[in-house]
Amino acid sequence: MTSAAAPIRAKRVLPGFTLSLGTTLLYITVIILIPVLALILKGAEIGPARFWAIVSSPRAVAAFQVTLIAAAIATVFNALYGLLMAWVLVRYEFPGKRILDALMDVPFALPTAVAGLSLTALFSSNGWIGAWLEPQGISVVYTIWGIALAMAFTSVPFVVRTVQPVLEDLDPGYEQAARTLGASEATIFTRVVFPQILPAWLAGCTIAFARSLGEFGAIVFIAGNLPFQTEIAALLAFIRLEEFDYNGAAAIALVLLFFALVLLLVSNRLQAWAARHRGA
Amino acid sequence: MQAVGVMAPGQSTMIPRVLIGVAVALTLLIVVAPLVYIFSRAFAEGWQVYAANLMHPATVHAIWLTSVVALIVVPLNIAFGIAAAWAVARFRFWGRGLLVTAIEIPFSISPIIAGICYLLLYGRQGILGPWLQANDLQVMFALPGIVLVTMFVTAPFVAREVLPLMQAQGSEQEEAAVTLGASGWQIFTRVTLPNIRWALLYGAVLCTARAVGEFGGVSVVSGNIRGQTNTLPLHVELLFNDLNATGAFAAASVLTLLALVVLVVKTVLETRRGV
Repeated sequence: MTSAAAPIRAKRVLPGFTLSLGTTLLYITVIILIPVLALILKGAEIGPARFWAIVSSPRAVAAFQVTLIAAAIATVFNALYGLLMAWVLVRYEFPGKRILDALMDVPFALPTAVAGLSLTALFSSNGWIGAWLEPQGISVVYTIWGIALAMAFTSVPFVVRTVQPVLEDLDPGYEQAARTLGASEATIFTRVVFPQILPAWLAGCTIAFARSLGEFGAIVFIAGNLPFQTEIAALLAFIRLEEFDYNGAAAIALVLLFFALVLLLVSNRLQAWAARHRGA
Repeated sequence: MQAVGVMAPGQSTMIPRVLIGVAVALTLLIVVAPLVYIFSRAFAEGWQVYAANLMHPATVHAIWLTSVVALIVVPLNIAFGIAAAWAVARFRFWGRGLLVTAIEIPFSISPIIAGICYLLLYGRQGILGPWLQANDLQVMFALPGIVLVTMFVTAPFVAREVLPLMQAQGSEQEEAAVTLGASGWQIFTRVTLPNIRWALLYGAVLCTARAVGEFGGVSVVSGNIRGQTNTLPLHVELLFNDLNATGAFAAASVLTLLALVVLVVKTVLETRRGV
């Protein structure tokens, strides 16, 4: 790399290239790359047969299932709630709109453990909402619904904040044209508006889903953490560590890492699509 | 009511009202209720119990430890963020796109996986474990481990805010300063810093919030040693598991207040940057 950089260096006007790039590379290598490499090396050391045995053990499969199902429920909810919030915040004027907008950042700013603690107490049988739900036979705490609730809380801003800017930039001309041609509001939304925000909406949902799969802090409080029932994959990895079963923890962590990277790729593709859409 | 024109007024006021109503109701239920409930439960047994909970030595220690971690991590993250933004926005070099992707990695990795990565590297059975033990260095279950994981989790925060701004602003002003004979430090403090200060502050605020609130990654590497490696979010969990709900909510209220401050600062900075 030094040989390739040398001829360009003469053209550089601004100072600090070596210092800034050196600092950046040092930080990224020590803080991010080497630790991630340690996990991958550990995974390679386990060997395919043992890796498969760990990952396909009934308890691990149950944990992956619980995590995926709960994340799917949370994402479907956020897809609708997030879209509604983005729509309301961009399209309508009403008192308290700025507060409502700021509230959408609460899940980003509030530590996940605090969110988990509060949601658990709120939805337990003596909490404000739980006291009202339990008599109807609906339990949230210590069920998969609780896990989905915690995931939905922590990941909803991803949908709102991805869709919102696209909705703001939308050209009103198409809608006006459709309206003058006599299209109903519902038709305008489904035929004109929705296709334009679809890529961004899907990208937001993908990020929210990825975030839900990796969420830990909020869930450990509300899940009850019963093996085979309400134990999420991240927690099972954590338990394996506490048992000093580093192979078990590494294998589960690698599966989660794989999911995260695939979803990152998908959301990057979707965002590129969204960018093309906006450029067109 | 006007005659039915192009816009069907009756319909167009009904739908917004219903949508706004549903949006507000859901937000009250999902976002506002948990927020209010924290304070309601923290003060459930009165001010004196609340004060006593906060004054408890273990809670005071947790607040202190969390502050120390933030005070180490945030300045380092600012330095890294500026360095990364300067390198990527002001120079062209091979692998620039790759570098930006690498900075963003922590966003897509669950903190608990980050914690596991660090344990596999620095833990007793980890790659560097034997060497660390031979030299009597304790990284895991101690402050260095907590700081390192927090650095991992917060890595993109400042860079992500400063980089796009510096790219958008271009380097003409800095180049002009060079031709006028300014030194590197003068260019940075007199030209670059004033231009990026709000984005920098914004990134630093978000980084602080994340550093203070980190739970998953820290819980892997801290070992939860009471009065030693227990950060404030971990302390909330500890009190909750001790069935001391009021204590847990009191500790959580400190973190919630901080989150509210972050939201206010964020809103103010966004208006400022918008102008």
